[in-house]
Amino acid sequence: MLQFILRRLLMLIPVIIGLTIIMFAIARLLPGDPVGLAAGPNATQAEIAALAAEYGLDQPIWVQYWHYVTGLLHGDLGTSLLTRRPVATDIAAYLPATLELVLAAMAIAIVIGIPLGLVTAVWRNKWPDYLSQIAAIGAISMPRFFLGLLLQLCFAMWLMWLPLGGRLPIIVIPPPTITGFLTIDSLLAGEWSTFTLALRHLALPAIAMSLSPLATIMRMMRSSTIEVMQQDYVMTARALGLAPRLIITKYVARNAVSATLTVIGLYFGWLLGGTVLVETVFDWPGLGLYATKAIVSQDMMPVIGVALVIGLMFVIANLIIDVLYGIINPKVRYS
Amino acid sequence: MTALLEIRDLHLSMSSYEGSADVLNGINLTVNRGEIWGLVGESGCGKSLTGLSVSRLAPSPPAHYSKGQILLEGRDLLPLTQREMQKLRGKRIGMIFQDPTTNLNPAFRIGEQLTDVALAAAAQDDTILDCPAHSSNRTRRAAAWSLAVEMLEKVGIPNAQSRLASYPHEFSGGMRQRVLIAMAMIGRPDLLIADEPTTALDVSVQAQILKQIKANVAEYDMGVVLITHNLGVVAQTCSHVAVMYAGNIVENGPVAAVIGNPVHPYTRALLSAIPTKDTKRGALKGLAGAVPNLINPPPGCRFAPRCAFAQPACTKATPPPETVGPNHSAACIRAAEMEALIHA
Amino acid sequence: MPDTTPMLEIENVSKIYPGRRGMFGSSAAVHALTDVSLAVKRGESFGLVGESGSGKTTMTRSILQLETPSAGVIRFMGKDMAQLSAVEMRRLRAKIQIVFQDPYASLNPRMSVHDIVTEPMLIHVETLGLNARQRTDRAAELLSLVGLGPQYLRRYPHEFSGGQRQRICIARALASGPELLLLDEPTSALDVSVQAQVLNLLFELQDKLGLTYFFISHDLAVVRYLCDRVALIYHGKIVEQGSSDEIFDNPKGDYARMLIGAMPEVRVYAE
Repeated sequence: MLQFILRRLLMLIPVIIGLTIIMFAIARLLPGDPVGLAAGPNATQAEIAALAAEYGLDQPIWVQYWHYVTGLLHGDLGTSLLTRRPVATDIAAYLPATLELVLAAMAIAIVIGIPLGLVTAVWRNKWPDYLSQIAAIGAISMPRFFLGLLLQLCFAMWLMWLPLGGRLPIIVIPPPTITGFLTIDSLLAGEWSTFTLALRHLALPAIAMSLSPLATIMRMMRSSTIEVMQQDYVMTARALGLAPRLIITKYVARNAVSATLTVIGLYFGWLLGGTVLVETVFDWPGLGLYATKAIVSQDMMPVIGVALVIGLMFVIANLIIDVLYGIINPKVRYS
Repeated sequence: MTALLEIRDLHLSMSSYEGSADVLNGINLTVNRGEIWGLVGESGCGKSLTGLSVSRLAPSPPAHYSKGQILLEGRDLLPLTQREMQKLRGKRIGMIFQDPTTNLNPAFRIGEQLTDVALAAAAQDDTILDCPAHSSNRTRRAAAWSLAVEMLEKVGIPNAQSRLASYPHEFSGGMRQRVLIAMAMIGRPDLLIADEPTTALDVSVQAQILKQIKANVAEYDMGVVLITHNLGVVAQTCSHVAVMYAGNIVENGPVAAVIGNPVHPYTRALLSAIPTKDTKRGALKGLAGAVPNLINPPPGCRFAPRCAFAQPACTKATPPPETVGPNHSAACIRAAEMEALIHA
Repeated sequence: MPDTTPMLEIENVSKIYPGRRGMFGSSAAVHALTDVSLAVKRGESFGLVGESGSGKTTMTRSILQLETPSAGVIRFMGKDMAQLSAVEMRRLRAKIQIVFQDPYASLNPRMSVHDIVTEPMLIHVETLGLNARQRTDRAAELLSLVGLGPQYLRRYPHEFSGGQRQRICIARALASGPELLLLDEPTSALDVSVQAQVLNLLFELQDKLGLTYFFISHDLAVVRYLCDRVALIYHGKIVEQGSSDEIFDNPKGDYARMLIGAMPEVRVYAE
């Protein structure tokens, strides 16, 4: 087991090398003048050259790449031209916000999607099933930013139940940073009112992000539940007098969830990479916003750094899924 | 004395978009405690549906019972709701199916699966668990667990205590079928329905499993319906046999009588299709044709189109069972003259 | 002078699958076959009897060259199959064909009977040299041979019963003009009445075409009925070998005695 995890982590090395090479190539091939942009419209040629020299951008690309890779080994992701701060520091500040959002969205999707899939499978071809199928198609096909705007309009503007955007009101002092998740940090600090505020700010963007994975998880869970219910062992369980409720919630559910796990892993990566629009709509200070700003100003170091971190998260998420899969499916462990 | 199981004139139709098929066409069968009834016939004759009907597990719709009764110690099961049936399953009626690799849930330890069946049965009858009534759930679960150990030992699984923590895939096919027998027996059912329990197993394992089923009958004084296509299995295990063809029981009686002195032409055809020690090469007799489509069954005796002795009268009406020996009957209008016909 | 070279010779064949390191653990090496030797004579029916996991399947796959034995030699018509050139191999492969257990799984539902039966003729077109017209004629002939008749050529597998499908499988196996047929549990999935018809067909074909059968089965009654000689395989080893009568009437080893004792038998009335 440990060996398996280590082996999977080793596989990260080629992934990182591949990613950095591609990003460096793109950075070089893109037309434009990032240093000129960073230096500002009134900078002289000499000032621009000095800035380029300061960041090593005057050297050949393979030298730049070598510097970058050796830096990586020390946890150095380069420096942003725009913020003039190390990329690693920036990411450490923005990543928790994004992770908090994505994890909350996934939690909503899993906690609602899995039972809903189970229920619609049991009641398949009856009205609750049809209703949720239609809702699911709507949820999958609606763009997330549009859904975000709708939610804002409804819950923040008209009903005024929830805030429009941001992570906390500006006047509230954030809790001391431990995990970087405002909800958890405020709980750890025992600040109950801050916690509710953080949660209320998190609600709308998390819901906006969660609907599409929720619908997919529900549909996946529904089809795998239907498949599992036709298995011989379900017939045996019925024939030996187990209550239908026990059969569904215990025996069928576990088998069906294992088929759904893969989708959950894939969706996690997909959400991480696609937070930009929701973060923009809700003014959520996360990686998506950071990366967008960097892309617009052709500031390549943050872009490469964000891509690396998201790739890393994706691999780790899928590793966790694989381990869970092995736990749920005892057969996998031995084959 | 009330019979353990009595099926009376059971009619079951299955509707599909092609039409309605009478898949059980007036089944009569009586099983007493201590008897092992073999239910034999080609595939598609309604053997499995008969077994599933007793547990009311035939999917409905499309299954529809138009007529008849299924009496378990005198109580008709057909009017019962699924919730009432659930209380009988596992407790009064145990079932074993064909494929031991697919009938155990691969994601749960077998101890967990056995315990749940024991607890379900104990909900109907507290004496199954060796613990006082109204015990806590925890005590009941522990009692069910030790009952599971006992049952596994009984069906011949060594190290039962530790094997309960194993998953199904860690057992061989024969061992899995033993686990399934233990699971079917843990609620101490009065009636066991075994649907092709050894078809997926090797010959040597088959013999052990059949022996196990026989031993259970002796120990618990229960009745068994053993569904199989293998007449060898019937000869080896059963006390009685009913031969099914196209939704009818065409011949039934004690095994020695039916196999030693078969009367119905279908029974004879089945027996002569099995190669034996003395069968000359190329002399094996097949049975031409196939089981008819039951949406449009042939009129009268459904076997008539394949029968070597059919007469015009055979297509007039479904032949009633004729007594041809002690407890031995055959549904053939020429049953009385069969002996003479064969030697002619 | 009759050719006395055995049709198939298996000499000291062993097959070891090396242990594997999996995701959550490792497995030990498996000795699927250990020092197996047997010889199948021309025109006879040889039965290989064993339970699941005994090595029957590895054996079949090795004969078909789908597996390379770890040790030993497999000779077909006197030639070591491992030493053949690609061209020779292809020619020889037309002479060995196989019929599988499940007639439902082994026919492609999208192919007509004509296409199913002529496929091996296409594969071995260099060896057989038949044009399209000749292939169709031969397919019709084969269908008649297996008792179906040429009128079925344009039909599809789903229109046939299990027994008829197995006849189509046999026709396909005969298409390339084989001398050796591997019969892998060909009647296990069939009802007894149909099984009898298929077994009789196999006899007929052997008489007409002089085929050699290598019959793999766990059904002892069928093996005794069909085979001249029998080998019992157990945990990858041949534990007993001899004429059918010898093995069934007078088994020597413990395993053979146990297996034959476990065989369910029907006392059949005299006719």
